[in-house]
Amino acid sequence: MQQAAPATIAPAAAPPRQGGSTGAAGDTVFELACRLSGILVLILLGAIIVGLFMGGLPAFRAFGATFLWSTEWDPVSEVFGAGVSIYGTLVTSVLALLMAVPLAFGIAFFLTELAPDWLRGPVGTAIELLAAVPSIIYGMWGFTVIVPLMATTIQPPIIDTIGEWPLIGPLFSGAPFGTGILTAAIILAIMVLPFIAATMRDVFSTVPPVYKESAYGLGCTTWEVVRNVVVPYTRVSVVGGIMLGLGRALGETMAVTFVIGNANRINTSLFGPGNTIASLVALEFPESPAGSLKLASLLALGFLLFVISFIVLAISRLLLRPKAAGAKRARNA
Amino acid sequence: MSASTLPVHSGGRPLKDLKVAAALGARRKRSDGIVRALCFAATALGLIFLVSILFTLAWRGFEAMSLSVFTEVTRPPGSGGGLLNAIIGSLIQTAIGTAIGTPIGMLVGTYLAEYDRGSALGGAVRFVSDVLLSAPSILIGLFVYQILVVPFGGFSGWAGCVALAIIVIPIVVRTTEDMLRLIPNTLREAVIGLGAPKWKMITLVCWRAAASGILTGILLAVARIAGETAPLLFTSLGNLNWSLSLNQPMSSLPVTIYNYAGSAFADWIALAWAGALIITLGVLGLNIGARSLLRSGK
Repeated sequence: MQQAAPATIAPAAAPPRQGGSTGAAGDTVFELACRLSGILVLILLGAIIVGLFMGGLPAFRAFGATFLWSTEWDPVSEVFGAGVSIYGTLVTSVLALLMAVPLAFGIAFFLTELAPDWLRGPVGTAIELLAAVPSIIYGMWGFTVIVPLMATTIQPPIIDTIGEWPLIGPLFSGAPFGTGILTAAIILAIMVLPFIAATMRDVFSTVPPVYKESAYGLGCTTWEVVRNVVVPYTRVSVVGGIMLGLGRALGETMAVTFVIGNANRINTSLFGPGNTIASLVALEFPESPAGSLKLASLLALGFLLFVISFIVLAISRLLLRPKAAGAKRARNA
Repeated sequence: MSASTLPVHSGGRPLKDLKVAAALGARRKRSDGIVRALCFAATALGLIFLVSILFTLAWRGFEAMSLSVFTEVTRPPGSGGGLLNAIIGSLIQTAIGTAIGTPIGMLVGTYLAEYDRGSALGGAVRFVSDVLLSAPSILIGLFVYQILVVPFGGFSGWAGCVALAIIVIPIVVRTTEDMLRLIPNTLREAVIGLGAPKWKMITLVCWRAAASGILTGILLAVARIAGETAPLLFTSLGNLNWSLSLNQPMSSLPVTIYNYAGSAFADWIALAWAGALIITLGVLGLNIGARSLLRSGK
């Protein structure tokens, strides 16, 4: 106590011997605390992977590698496979990206090049607020707004026209329920849109102004500057931002659960119901007693989802890193 | 005289080139205009989504809003009731989750910004923290179910708090590191030059200088976990009775909304909308508050 009081009140006046002795011990303790917290984060990730794998082990043992592609999900005879939900997860996420990426590009283009200064802040914040809306709210909104819209306005004409075409017709056939894989993909697209748009906006603004000014000086239009200077300069980071969006879409749970229709079979039609790994886990968990093979299968699904997300997020980080590391180095120098 | 004869001297070719150039220019201007219009439309669409969500929430939520939502606990369908236990449960779990996750996250962020000098450990911690930041939250719920619910024999409020804390950590790590890196090195050198030990430099000067930024990160983390449903489904489960014990299953607003919105009873669905409005206003309010705090801090 006696040592600490003068040191905090008047650090400059503290006698050197006191500062030296408390400082050395404090430094060791504090650095150790920081380092151990860092290691705790590493352990946490390891524990999540090991925990999910151990929990899923009975399912992997019982079904072997066929668990990965088996489309069976039969709680009565205790046969479980991941095929349907992996298919649903990948299809909804990829469709979501196909819709979200052009929109996000447009928003980032608008925010960095077109919008007047006074508009950039408010519009940027509004788009970022889309990312803050809780997942379950998207589910309820999707169920009350998007699903009826799909069922009455969007699906019937598409089923009547494109649904009759050869080749791609089966993708757009069936009854217009409103729910289904495409609806889930639309909700996912809206949810990942702000993440991709924010990343794109941030990397677009890292382009050195002199590059853009040179292109403008040659007589380029705004679109030509973006296409020939901004996009090539930021290409790698843009892909990183898209992967970040993909990582988010893969694991989204509550919103998808509301609108995907939840069926354990693979539908050729995008209007048909399906499920994703996350929605299946959320729905089936309450009916899976501890220790059952069903629960083990759900944990195995969780493990697979974690592996897929980890790979996607790792790629995203590797792609986003080079420029960021360079900027940090420049800042520290 | 000479000016009018100049085009005649150079023949018809430049005129034709001028025409081609004008046509090309018009085409380039046209495509520029089309792309501008599309980008404007994309931004408008994004804003329409936000407005539509807020409008739907306001419309359905205010309809169901009444004082009893805040003063009464959840009841069986058809007998009224409110969301008091869910609101209190959410507040408790969010507060404890933040209280557990924030110090750990701050220490990790401090380690990355102040102690890690390009070491392999620092790189690994930063990488893992970034992955955890975007990892599916439902898996964090499954993980906590494995380590806290199964071994201790039941769903509990504590398990929910831990799951939320795991989500808080990477958010706080990221903002703490970013904010500490913004502090100029001359400030650190000045403190060390006065003879202060490094830990005092960090806690008394660096943390204080980065306080508004770190607080922003904590507020954003609170906003994030306040709306999380998936990790609580498998940990604190939800509780339709009044219970403040963290050793029992605990009610929370998002899980109650999830259960009520999927039910077949009109009064439960109405309550779900009221809850959805409360939670969205809270989360968006926290976000806007955090952002304005950061702006005023700068």
